[in-house]
Amino acid sequence: MRVWRAIAAAALLAAAPALLAGEIPIDARRSGYSFMGPDTRAMQDDDTSNPGMLFVLEGEALWGKKTGNAEKSCADCHGDARSSMKGVAARYPAIDKALARPVTLDQRINRCRTNHQQATPLLYESRDLLALSAFVAHQSRGVAISAGDDPQAKPFVEQGRELFMQREGQLNLACTNCHDDNFDRRLAGAPVTQGQPTGYPLYRLEWQTLGSLERRLRSCMSGVRAQAYDYGSPELVALELYLMSRARGLPMETPAVRP
Amino acid sequence: MIAALISGSLAVVSVAKADELLPYNISGDGIAESLTGSPGDAARGRALVLARTTTCILCHSGPFPETRFQGDLAPDLTGAGNRWTASQLRLRLVDASRFNAQTIMPAYYRSDGLVRVGRNFADKPILSAAEIEDIVAFLATLRD
Ligand code: HEC
Ligand code: HEC
Repeated sequence: MRVWRAIAAAALLAAAPALLAGEIPIDARRSGYSFMGPDTRAMQDDDTSNPGMLFVLEGEALWGKKTGNAEKSCADCHGDARSSMKGVAARYPAIDKALARPVTLDQRINRCRTNHQQATPLLYESRDLLALSAFVAHQSRGVAISAGDDPQAKPFVEQGRELFMQREGQLNLACTNCHDDNFDRRLAGAPVTQGQPTGYPLYRLEWQTLGSLERRLRSCMSGVRAQAYDYGSPELVALELYLMSRARGLPMETPAVRP
Repeated sequence: MIAALISGSLAVVSVAKADELLPYNISGDGIAESLTGSPGDAARGRALVLARTTTCILCHSGPFPETRFQGDLAPDLTGAGNRWTASQLRLRLVDASRFNAQTIMPAYYRSDGLVRVGRNFADKPILSAAEIEDIVAFLATLRD
């Protein structure tokens, strides 16, 4: 009986996709939500108390507003976001065919602005860009993350994985040291999560505003006293892509709330 | 085991890059002599260990009833003075990777071999020699 079970388990292991050392098995992946206290969860769950929903509403207004020399709104090309944008954020960063490299949702929004609306790109972390990306990502709430599936994305996922494993900064720590090896523990009393990117852009109580995933990654880098990569840099995009592929199957939560 | 790992390393570490680092001798699994040549101050050491910017209690906990903000990524420091000599504690702070090559504990008195160090921190050790000595003096008092 026991032998059979062992053989069955071995067969299962052989069939499962190879897990690299230190990586979290699919069925053990957990959103940051599951590490939070009841108050923060309640704030995220109730749209009337979730401060991120204000940005979603602002984004909805911007979606319908004509801008740029082309005098076009997002809606003029994409129609009702509720159907046209459903599931889109769950696939980002995605390969841009013309650029032959991955772009983030923020970068995609700005490419639409420059190419189709003939408007100036919005600044990273500006209120309008956060609002638009929150509105678009909100249409994927509940959709399982599938970014990184595109075969063309593979080398960029791999680049992101290497960055995740790379120790850096004066404290000489890698993302994996905290988010693969030490989640569920406490850093200065605060829970360390798996660093899953399920809820971005999200409202951070500490920031008192909505912020992008790149802002979060840059603060982890400053935390280990490393030189943070610039917004939109290939390294941050690759890290973001790796994080999304690492979160495969987890549902999107935008806008999440975190302490 | 630990001793075996670092045995034979009776060597003078010559610090090439950072002028601020004082030279020190590793003998066996420790650094026997004070980095500054004089003993540290345990009271100052305690305050340093508790200061967030020193980073110890991000990961460690210890006999510090006055703060809730302690970590559990690393062993509790209670009794560290029973488990380790001052010489071992000094080497652990200077470069914990001498005890465990994979350790996540930063090397507090090293400034080379690091990647993408932030501008404000480049070419500086995390702690000064005097701060290391104060912390060693404090840890040595942690006996139960
Ligand atoms: C010294 C520990 C440490 C290191 C190293 C570290 N982080 Fe974090 N990270 C944290 C803490 C603490 C938080 C805030 C609590 C949480 O969400 O885990 C956090 C949050 C995050 C989040 C947000 C998760 C959420 O639910 O919103 C992501 C994503 C993340 N980190 C990714 C990274 C990446 C990528 C790196 C490397 C560039 C990295 N972290 C390095 C400690 C660390
Ligand atoms: C990022 C995490 C981290 C930080 C920050 C850190 N340590 Fe550690 N420390 C560890 C780990 C993990 C160990 C366990 C042994 C190992 O893996 O090296 C350890 C071991 C120790 C030990 C031996 C513990 C025992 O009794 O076995 C002492 C003493 C110690 N650390 C002191 C300090 C002091 C003092 C500071 C700050 C100046 C500090 N540590 C900062 C992670 C850390």
